[in-house]
Formats: sequence, C-alpha cells, structure tokens
Amino acid sequence: MKSNRKEGLFKKELVLEAIKQSFIKLNPKYQFRNPVMFTVEIGTLVMAIVCAWILAGEKSQGSFAYNLIIFMILLVTLLFANLAEALAEARGKAQAASLRKTREETPAKKIQLVGDIFVNEVHIVPSSGLVKGDYFVCETGDIIPTDGEIVEGIATIDESAITGESAPVIRESGGDKSSVTGGTKVLSDKIKVKVTTSPGESFLDKMIALVEGASRQKTPNEIALTILLAGFTLVFIIVCVTLQPFASYAKTPIPISAYISLFVCLIPTTIGGLLSAIGISGMDRALRANVIAKSGKAVETAGDLDVLLLDKTGTITIGNRKATHFHTAKGGDEQHFIKCAVLSSMADETPEGKSIIELAGVAPHTYGVDNPKFIKFTAETRSSGIDFGTTKIRKGAYDAMRQMVEQAGNTFPSTTTDDVNKISTNGGTPLVVIENNVVLGVIELQDIIKTGILERFERLRKMGVKTVMVTGDNPLTAKYIAEKAGVDDYIAEAKPEDKMAYIRKEQATGKLVAMMGDGTNDAPALAQADVGVAMNSGTAAAKEAGNMVDLDNDPTKLIEIVEIGKQLLMTRGTLTTFSIANDVAKYFAIVPALFIASIPALQRINIMNLHSPASAILSAIIFNAIIIPLLIPLALKGVAYKPIGASALLRRNLLIYGAGGVLIPFIGIKLIDLLVALWM
Amino acid sequence: MYPQIFGVVVMFVATLLLAVPLGRYIAKVYGGQRVWTDFIFKPIEKLFFKVSRIDPAIEMGWKQSLVALLTINLIWFLWAMFCLMNQSWLPLNPDHNANMTPDLAWNTAISFLVNCNLQDYSGETGVSYFSQVYALMFLQFVSAGTGMAAAAVVFNALKDRTTENLGNFYIYFLKSCTRILLPLCMLIATIHLFEGTPMTFKGIDTLTSVQGDTMHVSRGPVAAFVAIKHVGTNGGGFFGANSAHPFENPTYLSNIVQMIAQLLIPFAMMFAFGFYCNKKRLAWVFWCVMTTGFLILVVPTIIAEVQGNPYIAHMGISQPGGNMEGKEIRFGAIASAFWSIATTVISTGSVNAMHDSFMPVSGMNMLLGMMINSFYGGVGVGFLNFFIYVILAVFIGGLMVGRTPEFGGKKIEAREMKIAMIIALFHPFLILAGTAVASYLAAHDTNMGWWFADAAGKHNASGWFNNPSHHGFSEMLYQYTSSSANNGSGFEGLADNNPFWNISTGIVLLFSRFLPIIGPVAIAGLLAGKKFIPASSGTLKTDTGTFGMLVFAVKVIIAALAFFPALALGPIAEWMKMH
Repeated sequence: MKSNRKEGLFKKELVLEAIKQSFIKLNPKYQFRNPVMFTVEIGTLVMAIVCAWILAGEKSQGSFAYNLIIFMILLVTLLFANLAEALAEARGKAQAASLRKTREETPAKKIQLVGDIFVNEVHIVPSSGLVKGDYFVCETGDIIPTDGEIVEGIATIDESAITGESAPVIRESGGDKSSVTGGTKVLSDKIKVKVTTSPGESFLDKMIALVEGASRQKTPNEIALTILLAGFTLVFIIVCVTLQPFASYAKTPIPISAYISLFVCLIPTTIGGLLSAIGISGMDRALRANVIAKSGKAVETAGDLDVLLLDKTGTITIGNRKATHFHTAKGGDEQHFIKCAVLSSMADETPEGKSIIELAGVAPHTYGVDNPKFIKFTAETRSSGIDFGTTKIRKGAYDAMRQMVEQAGNTFPSTTTDDVNKISTNGGTPLVVIENNVVLGVIELQDIIKTGILERFERLRKMGVKTVMVTGDNPLTAKYIAEKAGVDDYIAEAKPEDKMAYIRKEQATGKLVAMMGDGTNDAPALAQADVGVAMNSGTAAAKEAGNMVDLDNDPTKLIEIVEIGKQLLMTRGTLTTFSIANDVAKYFAIVPALFIASIPALQRINIMNLHSPASAILSAIIFNAIIIPLLIPLALKGVAYKPIGASALLRRNLLIYGAGGVLIPFIGIKLIDLLVALWM
Repeated sequence: MYPQIFGVVVMFVATLLLAVPLGRYIAKVYGGQRVWTDFIFKPIEKLFFKVSRIDPAIEMGWKQSLVALLTINLIWFLWAMFCLMNQSWLPLNPDHNANMTPDLAWNTAISFLVNCNLQDYSGETGVSYFSQVYALMFLQFVSAGTGMAAAAVVFNALKDRTTENLGNFYIYFLKSCTRILLPLCMLIATIHLFEGTPMTFKGIDTLTSVQGDTMHVSRGPVAAFVAIKHVGTNGGGFFGANSAHPFENPTYLSNIVQMIAQLLIPFAMMFAFGFYCNKKRLAWVFWCVMTTGFLILVVPTIIAEVQGNPYIAHMGISQPGGNMEGKEIRFGAIASAFWSIATTVISTGSVNAMHDSFMPVSGMNMLLGMMINSFYGGVGVGFLNFFIYVILAVFIGGLMVGRTPEFGGKKIEAREMKIAMIIALFHPFLILAGTAVASYLAAHDTNMGWWFADAAGKHNASGWFNNPSHHGFSEMLYQYTSSSANNGSGFEGLADNNPFWNISTGIVLLFSRFLPIIGPVAIAGLLAGKKFIPASSGTLKTDTGTFGMLVFAVKVIIAALAFFPALALGPIAEWMKMH
C-alpha cells in the first residue's frame, strides 16, 4: 500500500471510469445535493429549451449555432464538475480496492459453540460466514479471516498486507496487543480469536464506504460553506432576474442566453464544482497516510486540534529505555548488586528488563536459584522482583522502594538518594534494587530521543498545537526529556486516569484534544478526546472508542493527521476566495456586452477590449468551465499547508488566491477572446 | 478652495478626537460603571423603572431582548400613526396643517420609527408642531436609542466568556437615551440657538419685504429637532429643504457642528466596542476599514464636484466654485460633497444640497455608501451591519488558515452562517426587487390607478420621475437604496408622495430595519452561549491589517457583485455619456 503513495494523480483507467461516472452524475436527483451545480443544470436545461424554441422558428434569441454553443459549454461545465468528484471517488476506490484485497474470501476455522461451552470441534467455513461473537482458531501459515481479539494464545503475525511493514509482530491474549486484523498472516503458533465485527462493519469497510461517497455525510464546515455558496447563488439569481426589468426600462433587449451566461459565470461554480471532490480527497489523503477515519468530521476536527497528548515511549524517544549504568550503594558489593539486579529482571520481559541483563553481561540461569517465585510489576506496588528461599529481591521506582525500606525500619542511604537525583536530573530513570529491604544500588536507565522530533514539535507549535508528553517517569526525568524534546507540557507518573483528567481539563477551557492509545485502559480517554487515534495493534475496546485507527501503529501519525485536517479546510477556503474573486473580471466581460448595443458609452467599461459582445460572453463562460478541470489537481492534492502562523498564512493565501483570483480571469478571458475572435 | 478643504479636514479630525473619549464614556455607561452624569440621571432612571415596573436587575437573553425591542417599537409606531392622522385637532397646530393620509402616515411613522426619515411630506405644511415634537422628534430619540441598545447587547455577547445572560435591554435603551443622546443634543441645540436657529411654538410669521411684498416665514422648535436629527443619525429635517434651509443650518459653523454631530456616535460606537470588550486594537482595525471605504467614496466625490459639470464647461461658462447647481453658497462645493457622502455612509440622510444635482460619480458614490451601509453606518446599527460582514470574512479567512472559523474565541457554524447570509442577502434583494418593480411599471408605462397620480392627475407610471433615461433610473434606485439602508435622503426629482411609493418603501423600511437588528443580535447571542476557545498561534487573528483588508474586500466585493449591473445602467452610463 505504501507504494501507492507515489503514483500520479491520474491513471488512465481511473480517468476513463471517472468520465463515465460524470455522465451518470448528471441525474438531477444527484445534482440536487449541490445547490450551486444544480442551478447550473437548470440553466443548461433552459438553454436546451431555447435551442429547441429557435428551431421552432423563434427569431429574437439570436442564432441557433450561438445558443447551441452556449448550451454545450454549460453542459461541459457540469461534466467537469462531475468529473472532479468522480475522479476523487475513483482514487478513493482504487485505494480502497487495494485494502479490500486483504479481505478476500479465506477459509476460516470456526469453533462450533454448543450452548455456552466450547467443544473443540473445528469447522471450515468461508470468512464471510463469521459473525460477531464467533470464535475461530488460526495456526501457523493461516490467513486471519476477519478482525478479532485473541482470547487464547500468542502468535507472531505478519501484518505487512495492512501496514506495509515487513517485520513480524507479536500478538497475545490479555494484554494491550490482543487485536488481529483480517488479511494478516499467522507466522507461528496458534491462537483462538473472538470475532469483533460482523462482515461489512469493520473499520476498513466503513472507511471504504466513506471514500466511495456512498455514506459520505457533509461535515459541519462543509454545511456552513454550502450555505455561504447557496447564499451567493441566491444573490445572483436576484441580480439576474431584476436585470430583466432594468434592461427593459433602458430599452435594451437581452437574450435569454446572456442572462443564463451571466448567471452561471457569477455563481461560485469553481468551488461548487470542486467542493465534494475536496472532501473526498481529504478522506483519501488520510487513507493514504494509513489512517482509517470513522467519519469525515474526525478528519476535519483534526485541523482544529489545540492539544496533542503523545506517549513518550515510541513517539518522543526511540523504543525503550536502556540500562546504562549500575550505581552501587556506598559500601556495597558491586558484584552482588549486579547479580541481584539480574535475578530481579529474569522474568521481566520488558525491554528495560532485558537491557539490564544485557548490561550485566551474565546469563541469569548461571546463578542457579531454587524454586524462584517471580513477582510481577503492578501499578500499585510499582515494583517487581523475585523470591527464593528467604531472599526477597525487589526492583522498582525510588519512592516505592524507599517506602518499603523505611517500613521495614531500615534507613535509605543518602548516597543512593544522591545517585537517584543525579540520574533523574540527567533525564535518566533510576531503578532501585533492594534485597530483604536493604538497598543495594541504583540501575540507571536512559532514554534516547528520536532525531528530528524537535523540528516536528516546532512545526506543531507554529500551527498553534500544544504538545503534551505522557510518561510513567518521575517528574524530574519527565521534565528533563520534555525540555530536551521540546514538548510544551508533560504528565509525569501518568496513570490512565491522569490522561483522562488532563483531557477533561483542557476541554473545559474550550480546547480540542487528540490522543493516541492502544490499551483497553486507554479506551475511556480515547472516547473522551476530540480525536482519538487507536493503534491497529491495540485492543478492540480501544479501536471502538477512538474515531481513527492508525494501521501503521505509528505514534507520530497525529502530526500528519493535523496537517491533513488543516489542508482540507484551507483548500475549501482558498478555492471559495478564488471563485468569488473571479467574478470581478467576469462582470467586466459580460456587463458591457449586455448593454453596449443600446448604450455605446458603456464601451469604456470593456476594459479588456474584448472583440464583440458575443465573443465576450463566450470567453467568460469558457473560462468559467475550463478553470474547473485546471483546478482538479489542486483540489485532490490540497493546498500546501505551511506552518508560518495564521496571519502570515492568511496574507499568503489572500495574495495567491484572492489577488490572483481577481487577476487571472482578466488574462484568461482576454486570451480566450483572442482565440474565439478568430471564428467570429 | 484650500480653506474649504481645511474645513473638511477639521470636521473629520475634530470628530475623531471627540469620539475616542466619548467611546470610553459609552463603554462605561453600558458596563454599568460610575460616570459623571450619574448625579442627574440616576434618579430619573430609577423613577422610570419604578413607574414601568421593570426590574433593571434582571438579565435577559438575546431572544428576550429582541422581544422587548420589537414590542416597544410596535407601541411607538401606533402612537406615531395616531398623532399624524389626528394632528389637525390635536394641540400645537398654529398653522392648521391637515391630517396625513393613511399611506403617508404609514410611510412617515415607519420611516421615523426605523431611524430612516424618508420624508415624503414637507415639514412646513405636512405636520403640526405636536407631531414634530411628540411623534417625530420622540421617535428620533427612541429609534436611535433602540439601535444603540441592540449594539450594546451585541457588545455584551462578544465578551470573552460563555453566557446566556446579555444584560438588561431596558437599561441599555434608557441609558442610551438619557446618558448619551440627551446631553449631546442639549449641547448641540444650544450652539444652534446662538447661530440663529429658531426655537418657538409660534406659527408662521408674516413680514413685509423692502419691495412691499408680503412674505410668510415658517418657524417652530427647530433647534431641538436639528440636534437629535444628527446626533441620532436620523436625518429627517424640520423643514422640507432639510439642512439646506437657512433656519435649519444657518452658518458654516452650524454646518460643521451638524457634520460632527452625525459622525460622532457612529465613530464612538466603534471605540465603545473596543473599550467595552477590551478589544481596542480590533476596534481600531474596524474603524480603519470603515474610514478607508469612506475616503474612497469621499475623495472622488469632492474632485467631481470641484471640477464642475462638463456640459456647462462646454458652453464656455467657467465654474470657479465647481458644480454649484443645487448647492448653498454658504457651504460651497467641497463641504457639500463631504456632507453628501457622510450622510449616506452613515444612515443620517439629512442633506445640505440637492443630491439630484450632483455629478453622476457623486451620485454613484452616495448609492454605494448606502448599498454597503456599514462604512460607519447609523448609530448602533452601523456596527451591527458591519458585524455581519465580519462574520462572513471570519468564515472565509478561518477556512483559509485551516481552522474551523472562529470570532472572539467562538466557533462560527452553520446556524450563524445561515443568519449572516440571509441578512447579507436581504439588503440587495430589497433594493433590486423594489427597483425592478418600479422599472417594470415605468418601462410599460402602466396605468397605476389609485396607486399613483402625477401633478396633472395622470396615472401613468412614467410620470413619477422628472428625468427620463439613466437619471430617472438612478432616482428609482436611489429611493429604494435609501429606504433599504434606512438612510432617508432622497435623490428628489421623484414624485414619491403617493400610495405606490409610500407603501412600497414603507415595507422595505420595516424589513431593512428589523432584520439587520434581529440577525446580528441572534448571531451574537448564539456565539455568547458557545464555549470560549482561547486563541493559539493557529487561530485567525482579527485585530490585524490583513484581516481588515479581508473584511474590506468581502464588503466591497459583495456590494460590487450585487449592484454593478444596476449602477452600470444608472450613474455609470450617465457618467460615461457625459465625458
């Protein structure tokens, strides 16, 4: 899928399909959704009637050929507008099709359920036969038939079909990485999976429907903009209708074709024709970034975000912390300390634990302990360890360990406290190791900040987005890393409910907050956030709670999503400005053309010096038609977002699309008029 | 010429210098802070509330405020209708002026109620002193107070907080009248007394001229009337000739005072907004946008009037004073040109020269001033009209910087856009539709029957203008534009005292007054109830020159797009033929 990103905007088959669609979309029932283009369609129909009327012998409306040309140009205007939308849809469909390939019919090993008990009877059914709540098994080499959650077992899975990432990932039951996606392949082991979505209702299915336009609903901003455009259309209906008595008072007969041309030129057809294409391509861009949005609104909201909650690990720092140093307590035996540190990390599967063993350079089993009892890490004790015989070794956060030591009546050595503080202020994480409530020393873990992250946060700051680092580290460490990485705020020693509280606090002041999460305990916060991005690897609960799913499981994706949202709004705004600014030149082309015959003095407002009234009108409506396809690439790609601050951005866009929108049609209409004049 | 230009600059600068402190004072009045006028007016206001049983402590929402506004307006309308249609037997009618016809009373009552003062009658013969003082002058006060109170509700709604309570409308209204309008009027009326403006309830005076002819000279309580006519941007003259009349505007000094009086509150309301909402920079940006528009209109007008009429120049007659047709010698071409634009960009509509006789460019600029109707605009309502364009500009600008548009920390969504668009639409709709109907009737020379009769008693529609062709078109366009802008100035030359014009402009007046009050108050009220979003560096900043340019462009483009064809057939065609 990632390879798709570099493909050109217009592939031949896409264009052919889009052209076909643009004719089908002429259906008035369809056009009615877009008030601007609907009025153009009515105008086109009126011109068809006028042509027929002339054929029937009417003399006052000019030549048949001239009226027919106007009819044709209006029809082409409509087709161009439809083409824009059809192209956007076709691109979305192509994108969706490549995703859909992953969901082709695969045999599923369904577990037969009798009453409420499992019988280990496995039936082979097609994947489409699985419904929500069913169970199936997958073994080495199987393609996972549909989305689900592992209820039993652990497996390595190749998710490259979805993410494009070739390295296999581990998915196991119970944890935060229990989700499997249909279309991915089990590389080893066996898992039992509960189906979480019915066919046709998975996130992917929803996304496909969104880009295909079938279930696309207008977003709030799009509705407001449609009202603005409908308003402008109404103004011009009033202008054109009242012009009839004005002209009749001035004894200037104006043919119907001129009214229709004036009207179609003035109403904002450029933005009206491109509006839905812009919306669809916004969704499409999200999909290209491997983000599945559940609604267009979510993408739009992303552009308004004020606060981003980012997990430190994986987003700001590379992967995980590594043990870098053993600080033995004063008077302690360094070898014994290292031995205990290694023992306490034996059952610790976290990368931190592994890095301790790595740093020590000894294999734990060489120590040989009998009947070890491993104590798992919990959020309450904030420590883990090992018990064997009468020895109890614990490893954990400074304050937790200190409490344990002091409860046992021992003193916490001040040199170790100094070590802890020194490590913390240097951005490291201290892990205190105690044996039978006596402090042995401190292990120093260090974070490595990702390269380029500083620049990304700077970019976000210029967009007006505040970044917040969420970390389980103590405040000192968190502060150090926050400063080093350039985030604006941090939540240290974060528990899941802290995230929630932070989101609520920011939202209470009117801010929009986004966060990324994967665990079940992230689900409430994901639901609370205005934009909640769940990792595809996350639990079903997390994916259900968020309004976007990131297929790449890439925590920096939020930054891209914000830009996509902003681009979407900007493209609409700039093209609206452009479209309305165009009217100035069109007026200078058409108004003198309407009146010159009876009021020759008005020749002086024909500042473009157009050839004749007929050529002026034709040039204006031809310009009006061809500007639509010329702007399709811009509508599909989106206006480039530059994080230069809102005022500078406004100045820039006003200059390009406002001033440009006033000037370009003067040049364009004049050039077209020079061409048209050759035949007139 | 130079002293005249100096005079114009003095008027403008003096207004600005007075408007800033006045703005601060108005902000304090609406904010309920202590002001130096407390000792006189506080007891009076208490008495008002006691008698009317209104509890000034109750906060009102935007809907309640609008209901209060519309209700008191309806009562005033009925009162004015009663006075005008029964003035012959009511007191204070020394000249025995007759009752108004129902259609003229309807037009007059509405036009004073809506702060427009489109006068289809002549003050000398059309109304009694009782009607002048207790119906018309009363309405001049309360209609100005209504506009200011509505603006005060919007100011309150635009503060940086979330609320449904927007203060008490009655307090805003009463204080607008007592604390702002009344003191200013007293000052200005006093100056006029010294300049020779009459203030009496005696009837027509008769005097014998040097040649022995008998002359009838109308008079009345003019000084008081002139003051509120300008301070409240009403514009309705005591006499038919308005501020061109030697009693109503006797000297160059009184002319300056009247000019300052009408510009003063529209300027000050902008600054009051800045002080009240603590958005001083934004208020200055708005003021600069308005001033830019004003200057763009006023400078070509002055030039055109100074250059004089090319037809007269062709005849080999020199015009040292510029185009002086229809102008008063004591004011000259420049002060009259400045006045004509000031009175049209603001909704005053008082005249000190005949607009019909201005050059076509000037006529177009006056029309544009009223078509845009918010380069300063009338007291209170100018800000409300401007606010609609700000909402539209914020919407477009907000999208252009990639955020859901917001103004003052409140999101602009579909509902607000719908209201803003309807209000923005209605102004061109009323003007163009009205003119279209009149043009249609004139083009077909329809027999109007009861609806219209010219001086000769003919009922043909083409009889209602003195000048055919483009100028006649301008006259019709001007009449509806002036009505829809609630301006009240006339291009004259149009026979407008007949049922057709009285009734049709009356309808236009009602819509064009109350919709542009209801709309902005509703938008502001809706915004006030929304969550306040603090600004970030991604937020569109409104207090910048860039945003000012955007607002200006939105206003000008909407006006240009809606009115260009009409203007092309009227003043533009006339101008191009002339040169």
